[in-house]
Amino acid sequence: MSDVLLPIAIATPLVAATLPLALGLKYEDAGWSVAAVATTALAGLAAGIGLEVARGGTLSHALGTYEPPIGIELVADELSVAVLVLVAAVSLATLAFARVAGPRGNSFYSGYLLLVGGLTGLVLTGDLFNMFVFLEIVGISTYALIAADRSGASAYASLKYLVVGTVGASLYLLGVGYAFLATGTLNMLDMQVQILEQASYADPLIRASYALIVAGLGLKIAVFPIHAWQPDAYQRAPDAVTTIVAALVSTASAYALIRVSYTVFTVDFLAANDAITTVMLIVAGASILAGSALAAMQSDLKRMFAYSSVAQFGMIVAAVALANETALLGGIVHLVGHGLLKFGLFLGIGLLALGYGARELDDLASAARSAPYTGGAVALLGLGLVGIPPSIGFLGKWYIGVGAVESSLGGGGPAGIGIAVVIFISTLFTLSYVARVIERFYFAGVGVPGGHGDDDHSDGHDDDDRGDGHAAEVAADGGHESATGDGGPLTPVEGAARSRFVPDRVPPASLAILILTAFATVGLGFAGYALFEWFDPFLTEVFA
Amino acid sequence: MTGALDAAVGVASVLASGTATASAFDVLTTRHSYVAFALLLCIGLYMMIANPNLVKKIIGLNLFQTAIFLLFITSAYVEGGAMPIVPEGAAETQTFVSPLPHVIVLTAIVVGVSLTAVGLALCIRIYDEYGTLRTDVLRDLLRDEGSLPERPAIGGNDGGEADE
Repeated sequence: MSDVLLPIAIATPLVAATLPLALGLKYEDAGWSVAAVATTALAGLAAGIGLEVARGGTLSHALGTYEPPIGIELVADELSVAVLVLVAAVSLATLAFARVAGPRGNSFYSGYLLLVGGLTGLVLTGDLFNMFVFLEIVGISTYALIAADRSGASAYASLKYLVVGTVGASLYLLGVGYAFLATGTLNMLDMQVQILEQASYADPLIRASYALIVAGLGLKIAVFPIHAWQPDAYQRAPDAVTTIVAALVSTASAYALIRVSYTVFTVDFLAANDAITTVMLIVAGASILAGSALAAMQSDLKRMFAYSSVAQFGMIVAAVALANETALLGGIVHLVGHGLLKFGLFLGIGLLALGYGARELDDLASAARSAPYTGGAVALLGLGLVGIPPSIGFLGKWYIGVGAVESSLGGGGPAGIGIAVVIFISTLFTLSYVARVIERFYFAGVGVPGGHGDDDHSDGHDDDDRGDGHAAEVAADGGHESATGDGGPLTPVEGAARSRFVPDRVPPASLAILILTAFATVGLGFAGYALFEWFDPFLTEVFA
Repeated sequence: MTGALDAAVGVASVLASGTATASAFDVLTTRHSYVAFALLLCIGLYMMIANPNLVKKIIGLNLFQTAIFLLFITSAYVEGGAMPIVPEGAAETQTFVSPLPHVIVLTAIVVGVSLTAVGLALCIRIYDEYGTLRTDVLRDLLRDEGSLPERPAIGGNDGGEADE
């Protein structure tokens, strides 16, 4: 009867989402406590589901006792458990940061819990239309959260995301509609059978359906030509929101892509439709290159890592389109690893902005001197993003690269080698922007005791360079006045948290989580074989 | 546009099951709701892309979604089918239209309404802040404010992509 854990895991955050608003009538700040209790419960449930899956394989539950394929089915297998654990862990960990960084208020936490509930449902559902509903729950709560700091710029970024995201979800729905017309079912496993029985892999309706689903989810994932909403949304959102959105929302859409491609349409479909996979590979390659190159041009840290996400998700889409076992394993590992890395990076950036009021790369000169632990963790995570072993970032990229080469050697044409080359070039780009961060943190201003001489120059220099953009940027930070111009290395903002154990002027609980995340990414890097063992049942089922 | 039409024709021919040799004219006359679906879809998409007014973009979004609802409803239709409501104990002798797409569309309408609400709320916030809903004016204001990067300053590549 352990399958009842699945609906409970979805219901917990969704029901809890109503509480902050209801309790808000009486208590001023009930939101955080409710969210903390609900996400802790979700983490427990995720662990329970994980144990059940480890013990007995795939877990499934028929909602409302209507048996599938008529009723809606919830399914947890190795892949969904991995993403579910990521969702639970990140949503719990972000709360510690949200408590100190804001946005505050009960309605924010209602939206937060709705987002978490939507993500949980998206990961656990076994029904295509149900997946659309959860995709939209995730979407709507993300739009609301991005605009949660009530500034005009974030509202504009959020509206842009809303229009593009809704088109994406609608295209997905259209694709599901076509597949429904061809097969008359919505259950994923049933549709896998019915596509063969009632149609064929060459049926134009099925092909159009898959193409529309890929285009729709591609918009949500933000791959290159249709990524324009993503950097603005990540940059304008409040720091705590960026942390969870960057780590989970695109990840969940990419999970949906993997699920639909391999559970509904299967490897044979991809093999039978070269045209679709070739287009996907080209888009993925362009995404990897453009994302990395654009990231290397940015001076705002949040924007830099937002563009970097475009590149990393390009690799995951490439792994899906390559359709071989090694590449898919790499794609899944990179999906989880990238979520963890981006969570840590955006948390680190948020902490630096909170403690020192600095968001631009130039403002962060010798950050490692004033904030050695925060700077160190960000540097470690950045190196993980580059793919320096041992880090989970290395594992994912490595498997995708090996899978790409394998597919070429196995007669898959030059596309595989092309992807491998593109990944290599992108790694160099990633190294170039991560190295810029590390250089700023550790080497800028060396030899100037208690300060760094180039700070005053760089201010004047900035004004020539970028006009009033920079000054306005700083002013737009609101309460966080910039630390530059004082001549000191990196001056903490007034009232920044102080801790007895570390010199960093950042909130200690969030710092502990950041350091833990950094070590987790390295630790998981050593767990390559364990990860392979864990995903093996899913992969053998898919490639049977 | 042609892609959507092709797809609509594909839908039509599958539904015709057997009499798939319908000419383009037949498709226009007998499958007009699929044609309407494709037209609405394209009009909605065009409005979203081409109209500079944010509220009209949201109206375009609604048209786009309505087109998809129309596709589902059309697919459920059965010639001579009755409403799929069977009183308790009555024999199920009639032909019914398929109830599942109706349920799907009901759910999708709810989703669409909430999306419109969030979108309009954001429009109100933007109007309060900047006093305009036109994207071109808005973009200039945001650039003056420093919220958008100066276009020519950063390499050409970024300039093209920064704010579509």
